[in-house]
Amino acid sequence: MMTAFFWLLALFMLLLTLSVRPMGAWLAPLASGSLPSRWQAFDAALLRRLGLNDAGMGWRDYTLALLAFNVLGAVLLYGLQRLQGALPFNPQQLGAVEAGSAFNTAVSFVANTNWQGYAGETTMSYLTQMAGLAVQNFLSAATGIAVAFALMRGFARRESGDIGNFWADVLRITLYLLLPLSIVLALLLVSQGVLQNLSGYLGFEALAGHGQTLAMGPVASQEAIKLLGTNGGGFFNANSAHPFENPSELSNLLQMLAIFLIPAGLCHAFGRVVGDRRQGWAIYIAMSVLFVVAASAIAWFEAQGNPLLSALGADGGSGNLEGKDMRFGIAGSSLFAAVTTAASCGAVNAMHDSFTALGGMVPMLLMQLGEVVFGGVGSGLYGMLVFAVLAVFVAGLMVGRTPEYLGKKIEPFDMKMVALTILVTPLLVLAGTAVAVVVAPGLAGLANPGAHGFSEVLYAFSSAANNNGSAFAGLSANTPFYNAMLGIAMWLGRFAVIVPVLALAGSLAAKKRLSPTLGSMPTHDGLFIGLLIGSVLLVGALTYLPALALGPVVEHLAIWATH
Amino acid sequence: MSHHKKMVLPLLDGALLRPALRDTFHKLGLRAQLKNPVMFVVYLGSILCSVLWVQALLGHGQAPAWLTGSIAVWLWFTVLFANFAEALAEGRSKAQAASLKGLQKSTWAKKLAAPQRYGAEFAMVESFDLRRDDVVLVQHGDVIPCDGEVIEGIASVDESAITGESAPVIRESGGDFSSVTGGTRVLSDWIVVRISVNPGETFIDRMIAMVEGAKRRKTPNEVALTILLLALTLIFLLVTVTLLPFSAYSVNAAGSGEVVSLPVLIALLVCLIPTTIGGLLSAIGVAGMSRLMAANVIATSGRAVEAAGDVDVLLLDKTGTITFGNRQASAFVAAAGVSQATLAEAAWLASLADDTPEGKSIVVLAQRLTDGAGGHLDDAKVGRKLLADLHAGLTPAGASFVPFTAQTRMSGINLDGRHIRKGAADAIRRHVEALGGSVPRSLLQQVDTIASRGSTPLVVAEGAQVLGVVELKDVVKPGIRERFAQLRQMGIKTVMITGDNRLTAAAIAAEAGVDDFLAEATPENKLAMIRDYQARGQLVAMTGDGTNDAPALAQADVAVAMNSGTQAAREAANMVDLDSSPTKLIEVVEIGKQMLMTRGALTTFSLANDVAKYFAIIPAAFAVTYPQLNALNVMQLASPASALLSAVIFNALIIIALIPLALKGVRYRALGAAELLRRNLLLYGVGGLLLPFAGIKLIDMLLSLLGLV
Repeated sequence: MMTAFFWLLALFMLLLTLSVRPMGAWLAPLASGSLPSRWQAFDAALLRRLGLNDAGMGWRDYTLALLAFNVLGAVLLYGLQRLQGALPFNPQQLGAVEAGSAFNTAVSFVANTNWQGYAGETTMSYLTQMAGLAVQNFLSAATGIAVAFALMRGFARRESGDIGNFWADVLRITLYLLLPLSIVLALLLVSQGVLQNLSGYLGFEALAGHGQTLAMGPVASQEAIKLLGTNGGGFFNANSAHPFENPSELSNLLQMLAIFLIPAGLCHAFGRVVGDRRQGWAIYIAMSVLFVVAASAIAWFEAQGNPLLSALGADGGSGNLEGKDMRFGIAGSSLFAAVTTAASCGAVNAMHDSFTALGGMVPMLLMQLGEVVFGGVGSGLYGMLVFAVLAVFVAGLMVGRTPEYLGKKIEPFDMKMVALTILVTPLLVLAGTAVAVVVAPGLAGLANPGAHGFSEVLYAFSSAANNNGSAFAGLSANTPFYNAMLGIAMWLGRFAVIVPVLALAGSLAAKKRLSPTLGSMPTHDGLFIGLLIGSVLLVGALTYLPALALGPVVEHLAIWATH
Repeated sequence: MSHHKKMVLPLLDGALLRPALRDTFHKLGLRAQLKNPVMFVVYLGSILCSVLWVQALLGHGQAPAWLTGSIAVWLWFTVLFANFAEALAEGRSKAQAASLKGLQKSTWAKKLAAPQRYGAEFAMVESFDLRRDDVVLVQHGDVIPCDGEVIEGIASVDESAITGESAPVIRESGGDFSSVTGGTRVLSDWIVVRISVNPGETFIDRMIAMVEGAKRRKTPNEVALTILLLALTLIFLLVTVTLLPFSAYSVNAAGSGEVVSLPVLIALLVCLIPTTIGGLLSAIGVAGMSRLMAANVIATSGRAVEAAGDVDVLLLDKTGTITFGNRQASAFVAAAGVSQATLAEAAWLASLADDTPEGKSIVVLAQRLTDGAGGHLDDAKVGRKLLADLHAGLTPAGASFVPFTAQTRMSGINLDGRHIRKGAADAIRRHVEALGGSVPRSLLQQVDTIASRGSTPLVVAEGAQVLGVVELKDVVKPGIRERFAQLRQMGIKTVMITGDNRLTAAAIAAEAGVDDFLAEATPENKLAMIRDYQARGQLVAMTGDGTNDAPALAQADVAVAMNSGTQAAREAANMVDLDSSPTKLIEVVEIGKQMLMTRGALTTFSLANDVAKYFAIIPAAFAVTYPQLNALNVMQLASPASALLSAVIFNALIIIALIPLALKGVRYRALGAAELLRRNLLLYGVGGLLLPFAGIKLIDMLLSLLGLV
């Protein structure tokens, strides 16, 4: 069982690593603004038509543009859902989405979370899927990448008041990166059998003799950006476990690669933009080590199975297969779970709720680490860079200099922004969970009592606040209480982090860039990689250890103790 | 370099301990506590826990009264220990300042009336009543009442009170030697001084305020670190506060145990927040200033000490720092047909009466060469007699010395009809040509060779015959090359500044092993060089003393002014070296680095400690609800109560245990950053991870042994 997993993991990491350099070479000119001049002239003309321009912005202007753009996106998406009953491309005659759910969904897709409190095939019209959800899949991904670009420029520029132009960034990322990649991936997925049509749902008579309905729709076009943009919002409720979304083992591998493609490439692009590729590889290696360990842990815990079932001879020694599709097995499901939670994608091909206690804890922990193990497109890199600043700050002092990263001195203002960034998500996760396990509407959503129920709530808030969007399931979250609470967590988890990150970018860009000497702390060697991993784990562990102890850990100990 | 006034203090002695203990309790006030956000949380926790204890004594407690009481007591100890660390550091600093305060006695000053010149009438006023731009007369035996500028006269001044240097210095109007410091004494003659500062603003006032910590403001890095510590404190506050509802849910779900009590949560919070570094942070900063002070350097701000650790480029004056500052004879190169011995003898004779270091070194070299070869100077007897006469203060018979003048640029001796001269090549050439002789071409080549080595050629002639050349070499201080190699390893570049020409400068630079040099230095090109380095993203440190150094000093990131320097130089600098030692810059950099390293090491240590504390407290707090969590009790602590207390006690004691480290600083090694990081991370990171497991277990065993829990 583990052998199959390790082969799959090795193949996956090999293909991913091979993609890093070309992806970095593609992304870096977008970030540094060194596209061919004819393209830039085209963008500039396009922006002028919209009454905008591509002049450099200070961080405050950049932030305002970004927030305005996303608020507008959320309002439009909310409106579309509420009005879909009266609009075309609605063969199933689906009515308006309920207000609470529409709010939650609008925030969810704008915040690149794609938490889905609804079931796609019974809720959303084709128009909502195509013109609402899919559009936000592109734009929320572009927003995340734009923030990462702004931070890269902050490190690269010297004494500059300008971190780029938000409108030009979003336009170029969408036009020159996300669209071409999505078209290619959509065609590849179609070749594997993913649907792409606008037909009404297909009824047929099943073998047992009763009628059944097959949901249809423009799936492939949406599936591609769902993965490439680490969005994760499935066309169907079953997400990537649905055979029309993820038909084969090959499509499963493609999906996993698509999730990591841009986050991994951004690491290399970062190295290129700051003028030292080793810096980018160091970040990539740190992420990879965390990922490989986490993925292996999930597979190992799943392979152990449930001792209570094993004792009954119920699992045939095949490990824990509950909630997994036999097409993917433990190897394909464990790796997918690790990929989708390491990146803030949230697409799922198995029920995380049915994983073993610790097998389910690892995906939760991957999210709680702040979605920095590859993470969301853009957000993973900027999250990890914030941790790098943190690691450099503490350890850098130990070499006898005031801390600096890539030649930028880390001063009080930068530390304030770093502190805000790392405070936001624990606040949302822990406070949200605390409220939900105490008040009646929160407790009402629990399907399982005890420690497992606690894990479900903790998972939901971890997923929402870290903009992952995957669900542990088992929690009835489409209620006014959870729609509101999780909606707030998603919005703040996204934008209350982006604002300080952009402020950090602005502050860094304004600084001089000191040249490295033998006396400055190296940030590309093994020691730094270890330090970075250590900082991520230490902050994550110290924040969530007590909560995890009362959820999955105690559940695990209880199951194995009675055995 | 003089160190006889070095202000080194023992870490702990009775005289320091008593005021420190008193201050420890004074600092319990709300205002003092608010300055340190981390310790303020502990302070609030202590108060809350004490209240809960009283409540428990009245029979309404959530936890047993003895447990709440013990936690409260140890939390108070945690606060007191942190106060003590700060009080002790400040006490040491104040003791150093007290030795400076002796200079602050009020004295009588002779304030001159108009026209404010020597000879005008004066009134006796108290020095504290003097204002800026008042003019005073200071005569021999008087103490200079206040910092000022000499506007008339010349005097020798004893500045040993602030420099520790016993030799008097000359102060005169105009030029680089016109500034005087209050508290120093005029030994001879008189000067008229224009006071340059108001009372309370003098140089010494500012130094004392700085050292006493009265004006100590947090440095930028300290502020940034405090922000990080505050953020961590908030996260842990969140973790502990949310544990209450989590625990309530769990008790409900498991149907057993009881909700975690408030004292337990407070104990957990205090154990988790970074109290170790929070409690020692300000002590580290004060101790850094103290260490600088012990090296006889006074910084005008803590920021300067921090910046010293960051320096990438050191601009060092050649003279005094890299070389001894005077040239010494290193070789005799005889002209064709002249024996080495003849040249040596002639040079020896010509230098006997020469009192300059160069002249003396020629005498020494000539004697060594001939003695070493077993022979004697040809005219040894004549020479010995001459020497004896000289020592007896007589003018030797038949001999007359020719002193150096700016016109002839030669010196020498006329002895029994021999006319021996030594001097610069062109001066000697004019001299022999005037006598009808000439300088051989081969000798001129020798002269050029010597000059190209960075040495000074001194040509010796007897009558019209040129005998040869003496090579005077700028001698590089022993050990300086190794010092520079160390600095290079630490990533610090050394640049030699000299007024010499390029050729000479290059040769000495190569010998001393500096990375770069600036020849024919002027204040302008010094300033340009600093700006150039800064534009390339490097931080520059330099020393200076003259008024013309002031712009460069102001531009440099770390500027150390010699205390013997002018007022302008000292104002422009951010540190003053009381010893006026040019090598001090290197020490300053080391002290800055050491302070930053101490800060980083204790922060890392503090954070790494938390892991063990979780393993002590989580099972202790929740095992009543979920007995399975006892599996996390890896230290096998005796009981929940003893686990809790052990963690709290360890947390308090570690502050006391680390006070010596905070005050002395972590051990400093001249290593590259990568190696330093590896060592410190291993020691303080891994050590910080493991030590509390042992420490908490030990305290737990002691508590059980004593039957306290």
